[in-house]
Amino acid sequence: MEILVYGIINSITLAIISLGFTLVYSISRLPNFAHGALYITTGYITWLFLNRLEGFPYPFAIFLGIAITCIIGALIYQLILIRIRGMEISEIIATYAIGLAILEGLRWGGLRGMTFTLPVFYPGAIEIFGVSVDYQRIIIVIVGVCTFILLYLFTHFNKIGLALRGIAQDERAAMMLGIDSDTTAIISLAIGSGLAGFAAILLLPLGNIIVEAGYNVLIFAIAVCVIGGLGSWAGTILASFIIGFAQILTEHFLSSHYQMVVALLAIIVTLLIKPSGIFGKQKELEERV
Amino acid sequence: METKVMEMMRKERIDRGIKVRTEGIYAISAIQEILYLLGPRLLLIVGVLLLPFFLELAPYWKRVINIMFVYSILAIAFDFLANYVGLVCLGGAFFVGVGGYLSAIFNSYFHFPIYLSIPIATILGAAFCTLTILPCLPLRGVYFAIVTLMYPLLATRVIEALNILGGTNGISGVDSFPHQYVEHYAIIIIMLVCLFGMRRFVNEDIGLAVRGVKDNDQAVKASGISITYIKTLAVFIASLMGCFGGAYIAHLYMWAGLSLFALDFSIIPIASVVIGGGGTLVGAVIGSFILVPLSEFLRFFGTFRIVIYCAALTAFIVFKSEGLMVYLQRKYHQFERWVKV
Repeated sequence: MEILVYGIINSITLAIISLGFTLVYSISRLPNFAHGALYITTGYITWLFLNRLEGFPYPFAIFLGIAITCIIGALIYQLILIRIRGMEISEIIATYAIGLAILEGLRWGGLRGMTFTLPVFYPGAIEIFGVSVDYQRIIIVIVGVCTFILLYLFTHFNKIGLALRGIAQDERAAMMLGIDSDTTAIISLAIGSGLAGFAAILLLPLGNIIVEAGYNVLIFAIAVCVIGGLGSWAGTILASFIIGFAQILTEHFLSSHYQMVVALLAIIVTLLIKPSGIFGKQKELEERV
Repeated sequence: METKVMEMMRKERIDRGIKVRTEGIYAISAIQEILYLLGPRLLLIVGVLLLPFFLELAPYWKRVINIMFVYSILAIAFDFLANYVGLVCLGGAFFVGVGGYLSAIFNSYFHFPIYLSIPIATILGAAFCTLTILPCLPLRGVYFAIVTLMYPLLATRVIEALNILGGTNGISGVDSFPHQYVEHYAIIIIMLVCLFGMRRFVNEDIGLAVRGVKDNDQAVKASGISITYIKTLAVFIASLMGCFGGAYIAHLYMWAGLSLFALDFSIIPIASVVIGGGGTLVGAVIGSFILVPLSEFLRFFGTFRIVIYCAALTAFIVFKSEGLMVYLQRKYHQFERWVKV
């Protein structure tokens, strides 16, 4: 039972983490390697608002943290990525370098040690099927599921969301219909960064805000996206359940050291057996192989 | 009279007379023209060979130049893979780590002497790296980059989790080099061999096939050349260089540990290539000659170094994507002289 409950929680966590990455890639074909850095940035900004300004309300700090991260994401595109769009190697190196710069800059700026924590939304724990789960994790599951539904509604029943999907499906046809490729890329990067920040707000109260978490988040996000098929949403959610349960099982039967090994091995095995990922389409296969 | 002389002179580019139809083919007829062509190459070779003597004046920097040459070898390997074969390998540290650990194992556990352990570690390490990367070779672009980024991380986690090879403490007690000048010249000569060897290699027949894989692999396939073979060969060559660097570092520090898989060995060569100019091979070397000493100057700033690197990297990608080397080359060819009409 413990495996089932914590497996579901872990899977939803992974899905939330990787949602932003997959959104950016599916819409604008940009591998946002700065994802992990944006995740940590949001946590740090929120922490700054809470601890440096006396009596700052928590919800408002969260809102500002996510908003600032959105702006950072949009700026990254507008100032840097727009000039190198389409050059794959440069895109990878540039986003990776930006992420690295942000993370190491934060470390240099004083983000070290275990003193940086965000408060949980609602303290305490509850018994579910005989397993003790704290409220924060339940909030993660509920809010996570709500986010998926909202995002689905947004991309299917909203003009901007439809434009984003149009660009994702066929860029030229969408541009002929008057949808601007750069604008949608900015929006997608802003939303993707916002989602990274949102994940940070949900997950960071469970632990410390540390720079290493940024790298781990990036790796998990990539693992989930590659296994699910980059750019495929259903695949992302399915893959996060596969990895989530695989991790909980290895933690239960082996040791927690192997968590990352499982994720990394899963990527390599997936690429070997089915290079386009679980839900990848034929078109993507051509792109990859 | 004076003006008349001026009228009869005009400016001419030095390379105009010796270039035949394309870049790289020259018709040379005078000693000056030979010097014009050989100058930069000789400057590099002689300068590099004399460097340890100059640095007798500043002994601290002698340690730095060893690392600098290691990074330039890694940068050549990255440049070759990325700009000639089209495989962006973000995990150069994997090669370094494998080479370093193997060399440490041979030297420390089996007591091989240093002149055996480095070559054996280089070749076996390259074979090992090639075998492990072999499954990912069909991948392209982002996907190959992502997977290779995972390899050093995976290696670190596996060593940590299984607690093999000394675990987090690493393998100590590796032999050092017999003499300081052996230490310097081993790496300097290998670096020069790598640089000029690779320049030759990419212009050989097999090198053309390699470059073909980057530009249009379907065409290469249609010519009856196996893409997998070409890519395997390219990865093997690149990992030879990487593993040598690793083995050298293990002996230099007399220690092999998890830090051999560290991010530095992946990111600094990439930065060097971008700054020096991708696709020139020499640019990679020049880039690391700039970056590594710079990082020594910035040691005071701690991790802020990486921020500076990344900022420089991004700036170069965005604003000067051709790199320093291509720029300098162009300027060198634009040198002019006065000639009589």
